[in-house]
Amino acid sequence: MELLANILISAMIAATPLVLAATGELVAERSGVLNLGVEGMMIIGAIAGFAALLASGSVLVGLLAAMLGGALMAFLFGVLTLTFRANQVASGLALTMFGLGLSALWGQGYSGRSAPPFPRLSIPGLSDLPILGRLVFGQDGLVYLSLALVAAVAYVLARTRAGLVLRAVGENHHAAHAIGYSVVGVRYLAVMFGGAMAGLGGAYLSLVQTPLWVERMTAGRGWIALALVVFAAWRPWRALLGAYLFGLITILQLHSQALGLEVDAQLLSMVPYLATIVVLVLISRDSARARLAAPACLGKSFHASS
Amino acid sequence: MLKLEPRREPSALMFYVTPFLAIALTLAAGLLLFRILGKPPVAAMQLIFIEPLRSLRGVSELLVKATPLILIACGLALGFRANVWNIGAEGQFAAGALSGGAVALAVYPATGWWLLPLMSLAGIAGGAAWAAIPALLRTRYNTSEILVSLMLAYVAVLLLGSLVHGALRDPDGMNFPESRLFQTALPVMIPGTRAHVGFLVALAVAGAAWLLLERHMAGFQIKVLGQAPRAARFGGFSEKRLIWACFLVSGGAAGLAGLFEAAGPVGQLVPALPAGYGFTAIIVAFLGRLHPAGIVLAGLLMALTYIGGETAQISMSLPSATTSVFQGMFLFFLLATDVLVAYRPRWIATRPARAGRPLQPPAKVEA
Repeated sequence: MELLANILISAMIAATPLVLAATGELVAERSGVLNLGVEGMMIIGAIAGFAALLASGSVLVGLLAAMLGGALMAFLFGVLTLTFRANQVASGLALTMFGLGLSALWGQGYSGRSAPPFPRLSIPGLSDLPILGRLVFGQDGLVYLSLALVAAVAYVLARTRAGLVLRAVGENHHAAHAIGYSVVGVRYLAVMFGGAMAGLGGAYLSLVQTPLWVERMTAGRGWIALALVVFAAWRPWRALLGAYLFGLITILQLHSQALGLEVDAQLLSMVPYLATIVVLVLISRDSARARLAAPACLGKSFHASS
Repeated sequence: MLKLEPRREPSALMFYVTPFLAIALTLAAGLLLFRILGKPPVAAMQLIFIEPLRSLRGVSELLVKATPLILIACGLALGFRANVWNIGAEGQFAAGALSGGAVALAVYPATGWWLLPLMSLAGIAGGAAWAAIPALLRTRYNTSEILVSLMLAYVAVLLLGSLVHGALRDPDGMNFPESRLFQTALPVMIPGTRAHVGFLVALAVAGAAWLLLERHMAGFQIKVLGQAPRAARFGGFSEKRLIWACFLVSGGAAGLAGLFEAAGPVGQLVPALPAGYGFTAIIVAFLGRLHPAGIVLAGLLMALTYIGGETAQISMSLPSATTSVFQGMFLFFLLATDVLVAYRPRWIATRPARAGRPLQPPAKVEA
């Protein structure tokens, strides 16, 4: 039972950066923007958060810096794709390459240094309960924050006026423009929100999970977050479910090594990537449904007069 | 305020000017970046972009690095023109090196004139087979080829590492994760350097790509599919066939590039063989305007950032990642300046409209 609790707890920790990044990207995509630069925004968040934490000694400052870093990267992407109407796929790739390079340059003096341990929730009595205690009441603050984020995004998208406007922009930007909404403005906000969340997800890696700065430490998680949005059919709660499934797969892969299964470590490391492919195939196989779920204007650039 | 007006026709002049504009902006941003990092800006830039060109060694290394970039980018450009996004060339590169290298290791110690062509064919086949997976999933299940090809890139690199640690490891190699040295190598072009004939092959592939794009029906179909998918459908072009063709060609080219890298400058299989060429080639393809001639020039320029980055790493202790910062900036600025091709910037003075001005009667249309 202790092992089960450990597996579940570490699965949640492995999943949290994915939850954050995927939820942010989901909002951007619901507004009609496909930002393939999640990996680049995450890694900038990771180094920005780490550097700010070491400089200030404050976890809060670190997290804010990570969000700011991710949002600035997303702003760059917005300038390219929304103002200059560049191809979104190519711009996203550029953002990822630039982010990986810049973070390595910036993090040159930080490798090998470690961050202070991240505070965990501790409620006397409750947190000491067997199994459930640590699982429900003993996680770090960002785990709870990520859950609250999913709930908030789900609520805003489905039940508020702002969410309706965002979805309208993503489904039919000409109609939204005709009613008088600023398509580009809404998309800037959505993309920057996505960037801030990706940055936060990156900071989770460098401040909580490891807590170290390592070059290229995101290792493809940004891309997995992108796949999760497709898996989720652009719905927040399903993104959470997908991320947790993923966390579980990752941790089972790690534990199978600990349990002494005779499989090559490098072959096991392929599992999350292969699982992503399998899931993508299962989701997109029904092409009519996949097309209905995707925002109709996803990836299209908008010009008012055309 | 500055407003963007759509041009009636894309500007042909801007189409060729913006890559140079992007290069100029990147250099300017580089100066600024080094200033912020507290390194002497001009000296650092000179070290990266000029120093490598001043020695035979530098120039020959330029050809070595440009070879895989040009090969891969020519293949990718076909797909990008058709809106087929193979961004996992890194994986096809590794798969090609692996399958071509495995042929050499399988027949060891036999060798002969036939070995290198056989390895090359196996490399092409390996890369194409790896690229066939996203093609199959895209055409059959409508799965995003972007994500699948990228995920497979991670898988291929891990597979290469795993096999080099295991089945393909040099039995006499003191347990180092390396394969045997191949019993044959690509002929060297310039004696005393590592510049190999693969560069000539890359140029030939660029020429073939140009013929295909400009002079062959398939190239025309690719362009139509990319620019007007509906017209392609009405024209009766098979989208699936074109997707397959784009993936097999780009995968094969990337596989050949991988084999050349393994059988050329490296001489064996090592885990670090895929050094990001597959990703950099995406930038090369765009910077070269998805045109084979442009790709050759862009490939040489990107190769320069690799070698310059190494030089700067050694003599200025800049991290190797400086290279990818520059590469990312190239693509950024190119995409940003590309707006000038389709739009004309115009300065429009914004004055508040005066109230009470009578409406102008509509101008009479003369017959």
